[in-house]
Amino acid sequence: MNRSMRPLLATVAIFLVAYAAAVFQFPGLLSTRVLGNFLTDNAFLGITAVGMTFVIISGGIDLSVGAVIGFTGVLVAVLISSFGLHPLVAFAIALAVAALFGAAMGLAIHYLEVPAFIVTLAGMFLARGGASVITQDSVPINHEFYSTISSLYFRLPGGGRLSFVGLLMIAVFVFGAVVAHRTRFGSYVYALGGNTTSASLMGVPVARTTVQIYMLSSMLACLAGIVFSLYTSAGYPLAAVGVELDAIGAVVIGGTLLTGGYGFVFGTFVGVMLLGLVQTYIIFDGTLSSWWTKIVIGILLFLFIVLQRLVFAASARGDRSSETA
Amino acid sequence: MTRISFGRIFNTQTIALVSVLLLNWILFPGFFKIEWQDGRLFGSLIDVLNRGAPVAILAIGMTAVIATKGVDLSVGAVMAMSGAVAATLVVAGYSGPVAVGGALAVGLACGLWNGVLVAMLDIQPIIATLVLMVAGRGIAQLITEGSIVTFSDPTLIFIGTGSFLGMPMPVVIAFALMVLVTLVVRKTAIGLFIEAVGVNRSAATLAGIRSRLLLLTVYSVSGICAAIAGIIVAGDIRGADANNAGLWLELDAILAAVIGGTSLLGGRFSIPMSVIGALIIQAMNTGILVSGYPPEFNLVVKAGIITVILMIQSPLAGQVLGFFGRKKSGASR
Repeated sequence: MNRSMRPLLATVAIFLVAYAAAVFQFPGLLSTRVLGNFLTDNAFLGITAVGMTFVIISGGIDLSVGAVIGFTGVLVAVLISSFGLHPLVAFAIALAVAALFGAAMGLAIHYLEVPAFIVTLAGMFLARGGASVITQDSVPINHEFYSTISSLYFRLPGGGRLSFVGLLMIAVFVFGAVVAHRTRFGSYVYALGGNTTSASLMGVPVARTTVQIYMLSSMLACLAGIVFSLYTSAGYPLAAVGVELDAIGAVVIGGTLLTGGYGFVFGTFVGVMLLGLVQTYIIFDGTLSSWWTKIVIGILLFLFIVLQRLVFAASARGDRSSETA
Repeated sequence: MTRISFGRIFNTQTIALVSVLLLNWILFPGFFKIEWQDGRLFGSLIDVLNRGAPVAILAIGMTAVIATKGVDLSVGAVMAMSGAVAATLVVAGYSGPVAVGGALAVGLACGLWNGVLVAMLDIQPIIATLVLMVAGRGIAQLITEGSIVTFSDPTLIFIGTGSFLGMPMPVVIAFALMVLVTLVVRKTAIGLFIEAVGVNRSAATLAGIRSRLLLLTVYSVSGICAAIAGIIVAGDIRGADANNAGLWLELDAILAAVIGGTSLLGGRFSIPMSVIGALIIQAMNTGILVSGYPPEFNLVVKAGIITVILMIQSPLAGQVLGFFGRKKSGASR
């Protein structure tokens, strides 16, 4: 067994155990209906988390994604409702704006040598502020394209619905996994996270890769914003506040190291599902107050980082013993 | 390693603060007007100090944490928790000083928790404190049971809204704390130890610095600072709002430290400059409010000013300046 897969396997095992325990208590959780809603309800978080996985593997962080989701929602809503553009045109404009935004952050991080934390924090203020400048109110989106897309779904056996946005999230995860593990760009991202200096000496185009990573993250956040606007049929400047923390949490729970250089896109998927499970469980229980979500997610984060430390300490010892054996 | 000499008064931060204040004065001519009423000072300038005090207090602890190459994301949640504990204690019939003590104890406990994760378990600070940032607000809501706990305890209200020698109490507390912590780190070797751990922790440990104890102390100080800020904010609104108290203030505090020239890579810090950084942030906020601009521009302007300050401080700007013959000082203090 590949030792580097251990944290990922641990995450999967914990998810399965937690899910089994939840199903044991509430048999209703084991239905395609719940599973379908899992995917639909967490689609925007999942898409954001894919971008965040790349950023974190490269050793950076992107605090602006929640604000980009909010900004995208408002921009798309205003373009459709006030300017009468077709949603697809609005999506293209929003994605282009997000790409520029991400590129600007990547350029600032690389050329100004300012930590990603601060640059993306400024980006968060800018995107959130920009959204509030466009409008202060929730802008409804009434377009037949929206209602068509929102009502697209495959009927699963057992009455569940696999919605378009749920499928889109899965597609983004597959795309992310292929890019991370099967392309040159993906190897560059891992190399940057391992050690920027040695990556640059090995010929990795650090500037270009950094810019591309933050463009990817912002564009995926923008896509998440589009999904969020499909989900709510409106744009609101204060939408998705704090989603960056959920995304970072999902990535960390998925076994990616915040120091960079190590992680799996699939792990992030399990992380998102685990966060979704906590919320669904609390809804199913009905007696637990909403603040328990935060406490449980905090405890989960804590358990996973301690687990990672133990696994990595154990595998470091294992490497040594396997050499002597 | 380039260092900005701290002895000079005319550095980037004070110039930025003065320019923001002058800009406010141009946009709102009454900005510098200060009045004496009912035994205390009133005016926009005092308001900047008063409203900036909680972030300044957070920034004091945050600066020490960042100087050890760490970061404390949990301060906003700790503010919410300490405020919730103080409010719940006085509502339960305990006296004001007991409530303050309880809140400070919560801050200390949170700081120790973060410190143990960072120093003993060697977990990255950003993720170690993320745990408490996420869970802490939930715990605060658990303490207040989801409602805003209001109180009328004179001690807590005095801390939030009282005055001492004409200055608002939060300003007095922030100033005293700044002087105290600055003296402790600059008049003893502790500041040097903090910088040593921030630059290279293993080297510092090998040189005989008890880095674990130092990290524990630094995170505890940050927790206590957050608790003080939490009491002030709760006292100010005469209630503990677990949802909104200290929300996103950790970001403002980190920003204040960075604007103040503290390096996020550890090893270089200045507590008074971070306090000035907090005042710059607050002066921008107040300026936008008093000058009658719509408050939604607040964040955009903030992002713009941060970008400008970061560009001035960046190594690239140093090179460009060096190109024009004004070499940035490479000397240490």
